Amino acid sequence: MLKIGVFVCWCGSNIAGTVDVKAVVEAVKAEPGVVFSTDYQYMCSEGGQSAIRQAIKEYELGGVVICACSPRMHETTFRKAAEAAGLNPYMVEIANIREHCSWIHKDKEEATEKAVVLCRAAIAKLNLNKPLFPGESGVVKRALVIGGGIAGIQTALDIADAGYEVDIVEKSPTIGGRMAQLDKTFPTLDCAACILTPKMVEAAAHEKIRLFTYSEVEEVSGYVGSFRVKIRQKARSVNRELCNGCGECIVKCPSKTASNAFDEGLSKRSAIYIPFAQAVPNLPVIDREACLRFQTGKCGLCEIACSAKAIDYEQEDETITEEYGAIVLATGYRPMSLDRYDEFQYSQSPDVLTSLEFERILNASGPTGGSLLRLSNGEKPKSIVFIQCVGSRSDDGCGKSYCSKICCMYTAKQAMLVKDKYPDIDVTVFYIDVRTPGKNFDEFYRRAAEAYGVRYVKGMVGKVAEWKGRLQVQAVDLLEDKQLLIDADMVVLAAAIEPDPGARKIGAMLAVNMDQNDFFTEAHPKLRPVESPTAGVFLSGMCQGPKDIPETVAQAGAAAVKVLGLLSKDKLVGNPCVAISDETLCNGCSSCEALCPYDAITFEEKQVMVQGRRETRRVAMVNETMCQGCGACTVACPSGAMDLKGFTNRQIMAEVDAICR
Amino acid sequence: MPMSTESQVQANAPAKAPTNAPANAPANTLINTPGNEEKDGKAFRPLIVSFCCNWCSYAGADLAGSSRLTYPADVKIIRVPCSCRINPLFILRAFQRGADGVIVNGCHPGDCHYSTGNFYTRRRMALLFSMLDFLGIEKERTRVEWVSAAEGARFASVMREFVEQIRRLGENKKLGDIRCKE
Repeated sequence: MLKIGVFVCWCGSNIAGTVDVKAVVEAVKAEPGVVFSTDYQYMCSEGGQSAIRQAIKEYELGGVVICACSPRMHETTFRKAAEAAGLNPYMVEIANIREHCSWIHKDKEEATEKAVVLCRAAIAKLNLNKPLFPGESGVVKRALVIGGGIAGIQTALDIADAGYEVDIVEKSPTIGGRMAQLDKTFPTLDCAACILTPKMVEAAAHEKIRLFTYSEVEEVSGYVGSFRVKIRQKARSVNRELCNGCGECIVKCPSKTASNAFDEGLSKRSAIYIPFAQAVPNLPVIDREACLRFQTGKCGLCEIACSAKAIDYEQEDETITEEYGAIVLATGYRPMSLDRYDEFQYSQSPDVLTSLEFERILNASGPTGGSLLRLSNGEKPKSIVFIQCVGSRSDDGCGKSYCSKICCMYTAKQAMLVKDKYPDIDVTVFYIDVRTPGKNFDEFYRRAAEAYGVRYVKGMVGKVAEWKGRLQVQAVDLLEDKQLLIDADMVVLAAAIEPDPGARKIGAMLAVNMDQNDFFTEAHPKLRPVESPTAGVFLSGMCQGPKDIPETVAQAGAAAVKVLGLLSKDKLVGNPCVAISDETLCNGCSSCEALCPYDAITFEEKQVMVQGRRETRRVAMVNETMCQGCGACTVACPSGAMDLKGFTNRQIMAEVDAICR
Repeated sequence: MPMSTESQVQANAPAKAPTNAPANAPANTLINTPGNEEKDGKAFRPLIVSFCCNWCSYAGADLAGSSRLTYPADVKIIRVPCSCRINPLFILRAFQRGADGVIVNGCHPGDCHYSTGNFYTRRRMALLFSMLDFLGIEKERTRVEWVSAAEGARFASVMREFVEQIRRLGENKKLGDIRCKE
């Protein structure tokens, strides 16, 4: 029988004021296993802790019950004290007689009675405790960043600068992401490329960073400290070792009708292409869907043009498997499709654009070479209307319920850029609210409205109609309470942003949850904002929620710090209170596997001894590093094979019995 | 989930029971209703087991304590890592051993520390509670409540209300194993 010591704390008068501690000490003496019980003024003080240590040695105690404050307060303290006296730290149980008893009850008799019951329950549980030993696992000192936008680049740079290896996997042929498409950035109006491209080059040149562009994560297994990741590098049809990036192939390519995704489809590109001039790596890729060679077999001009002999039509996808200690998700966003907002004529009129398309038109490397022109007739517009919150803060079922956060600022920016170049153009912005929290943000918006004369109208646009070669915007001015009809040459829609659709597949691979809007859920919305609920997986940038560039960079740095904290460890010590399956009882039904939020349960064919006979059975195995110890599986198990260490079925039953005695 | 409404409580209360008792009545103010008195004349003190998840409700109970918000001493708390750790058998065991009421407390749906645990709790308990009537035990003796770590006041008021509800229902005689009673 386990020898148990019971220690009742006075907590000054906090407990002793309402609970007769001496009576508790006496009452539990007859409990099974109790060989020693005492009280002390402050159990958590050095004196109290040394009394525990002494008693453990003197009475050869196998376990201790501390009747004191909440285990959330001092469980660790008392576990350490017990460990110092040679006891397994998990042979300590706390009876919470302060927060759950003395502080809430006035009547001394009643409170004492309850304290005794709580103490009995703890003793009953402790009698069934087993020493627990946390598992250890190694850490692969390398991180994987999924997504090569500004979030991914910044995270990778911060990790690499601290001396650890990082790989970036980016699905498009270049890193840079959405930020590379932007013309200027608010609130300073510095050009996006000027601040982004040096970072792209730095990432590519960094000796600790490897880039896998035009690549996708195909499969992830393993757990924190050692993830095994299968990466598919799609065939570029260009040999990266031989290509010198001269661009001769692009000039010679006769197929120039493919839609240019970098310009949001507003321009055409050749079948062999580099997404944009400053792309990293500066390595072309053949779009096999558009290439005449691949579609008809009758071309090959790029091969002839290439002096480096780098064109390789036979190239195939390559799959590599790498190990990582930590993974950062930086999968980014896209503007939502406006198919369901037909009232704005988006799909009908070339002069109705999304903000990102308008950004490309403003950009010097964009489809119009930076001149502000109507795409329908190539003329300079006289009047431009911006419509905010298209799909954001929407309750019509077509859009998103959330605020996309960046639209107020970039609309002010675009309006300001237009007014700066062409002061004669009338610019009107329709808004629900203008939201500009951020350093120098409100000043920026006021500058657009006041110094540049952008007309801000509170109200929503009901309809945009084509009218005599122009666009007629029908709207309501809520402050003046009147209908407005505005003739416009261009209409710019601030489309809501949404997480990149590829994020869902990756989230499923890593068991990272998504919220109702498909943004990745953080481990805690306030206290662990860059960690995913899955250990070793971190979040960076827009994939977690709408944010602007400074916030993205800040979060990228925070994610990097968390990764570094993990990679700097040689061993990971786990939580020993994890699920355990009794293989002699398990019938291999898989009920537990389906509901484990951490994918910690797998099934194996295993030789099991049952009643002296050796049998091969399919049994559940719990990965102790991945299991977080919620216990969902224990209840689902129909054969009672699954149990949770530290909170076993028998332990909780014993507590129930002790309370109901 | 079964947030017991006042009408439910009244429907199950004995006919002459006063129904205007304040929810925040002090712990020792007992309602003397016929059938709630034991033979020795002492008022009925229910035995209530309250399961609390470690991350939200247990912390909520701690906050109720540190805010000195009183609720009857009849409530005894058992800590579990997550409300989804609570096997319906624990609840039946408590009733069998003579508990008069069992309350399950978890994080609010969507706030579970383990992301999805309390969704399982919600389904499992709905199933168990629907079975309780079949077993011949009033399902008002059980309840699932969501209490966050910040809701100390809510924890205390939920406990007060639940104890009151159980007092009105009286002793659990139907499922309690008389061999378990002293």
